[in-house]
Amino acid sequence: MTLKTRIIPCLDVKDGRVVKGVKFLDLVDAGDPVEAAKAYDAAGADELCFLDITASHEDRGILLDVVTRTAEACFMPLTVGGGVRKVEDIRALLLAGADKVSINTAAVTNRQFVKEAAEKFGDQCIVVAIDAKQVSPGRWEIFTHGGRNATGIEAVAFAREVVSLGAGELLVTSMDKDGTKSGYDLGLTCTIADAVSVPVIASGGVGTLDDLVAGVSEGHASAVLAASIFHFGTYSIGEAKAYMAEAGLRMRLD
Amino acid sequence: MSQSVAIIDYGSGNLHSAAKAFERAALESGIASTIHVTSDTDVVRAADRIVLPGVGAFADCRRGLDAVPGMVQTLEEVVRGQGRPFLGICVGMQLLASRGLEYTITEGLGWIPGDVALIEPDDKSLKIPHMGWNTLHRQDDHPLLEGIETGPQGLHAYFVHSYALTPQRPQDVLALTHHGGPVTAMVARGNIAGTQFHPEKSQKLGLKLIANFLGWKP
Repeated sequence: MTLKTRIIPCLDVKDGRVVKGVKFLDLVDAGDPVEAAKAYDAAGADELCFLDITASHEDRGILLDVVTRTAEACFMPLTVGGGVRKVEDIRALLLAGADKVSINTAAVTNRQFVKEAAEKFGDQCIVVAIDAKQVSPGRWEIFTHGGRNATGIEAVAFAREVVSLGAGELLVTSMDKDGTKSGYDLGLTCTIADAVSVPVIASGGVGTLDDLVAGVSEGHASAVLAASIFHFGTYSIGEAKAYMAEAGLRMRLD
Repeated sequence: MSQSVAIIDYGSGNLHSAAKAFERAALESGIASTIHVTSDTDVVRAADRIVLPGVGAFADCRRGLDAVPGMVQTLEEVVRGQGRPFLGICVGMQLLASRGLEYTITEGLGWIPGDVALIEPDDKSLKIPHMGWNTLHRQDDHPLLEGIETGPQGLHAYFVHSYALTPQRPQDVLALTHHGGPVTAMVARGNIAGTQFHPEKSQKLGLKLIANFLGWKP
């Protein structure tokens, strides 16, 4: 009886559609996030993550509709991030059916926003997404806007700070590794996971099932997030879970 | 005739997905039920079954419940007085305690005597919140757990909490989970039951437990 390692497929959503689509199943509409969510629900994913990359804030209603329809159909935890800047954004997402909301740039530009959000909605539903790049051995700094903008803020100190302000979970993405399929930045993941009391989700760079295992065994993450290896059907959630269980990790197989 | 289930809305998070999970469980189990998400005490009074959800901090939830005119009084009457089947979920279960110790000391409903205190795992590398999927260890047989496989090889439930209720009477604990020590996962006493985990987010186990609640005759 112990907490299991979570596998979290992440869907990039733009204007209410899954970017690039999900190809691992014969979905009627592979670009519909709700269809993709249902498929991952059936496949045994432990949580789902939607990352909204819609450029315009005015199109927020489309995302909320997607979240509402997903929450009606999938009885599993759902985290939604992207463009969360105000308390009202969080409230709208939670009311639509998100269980957790991920804050990225707004946590960097205004640390107090994390505190305000955690006090209002509870630590358990506030995830802070940390996008970091290595700048020298053992030092990572926060980048915003998809890795384009340097902030000079040291990632581990930032992680500690947002946890002290009430973040209930950290989603740690290596901007060096993201999209490379060469594995998580284990140094980054492990350094942050060991520095904070809350769970850390490893993100960015998964290419193989061994990468998922390493994220937990070497990166000390509580959960592993991946996108393309699942969306393109390279591996199924079931295969990933079986492999990780075989490697000695505790997985939920029901 | 369809029974009615009142899910109490007191401003604590999204109840739409909870309502959908109850509707799905009712449909799948063939127990005709109408689900009302409501803050109307008349609807609660008329309901055959009552659900008290809750997310966030204990004190906030208590404040929210108190802010609905007559709701606590109505619950006292129909749940404690008339024995209506009741299910508390997450902080909705914690509110059954005598006191919550999160941030400040807050009085609970006192239906399940005990305190809600921070989980302190004996293994310091374990993370708080206790967030994710864990198994249940049943302390007793109960209609709510019928057909649900428990134990280390059993089904999993989805937890997300940093505080837990420890009942004063061990017999009030229906199921435990473990996170660096035992953590109360379910309580039950007469017609009153509660789950620390979220059945509406717990896929197979959750839908089965909700169906069991819909058919429960305490």
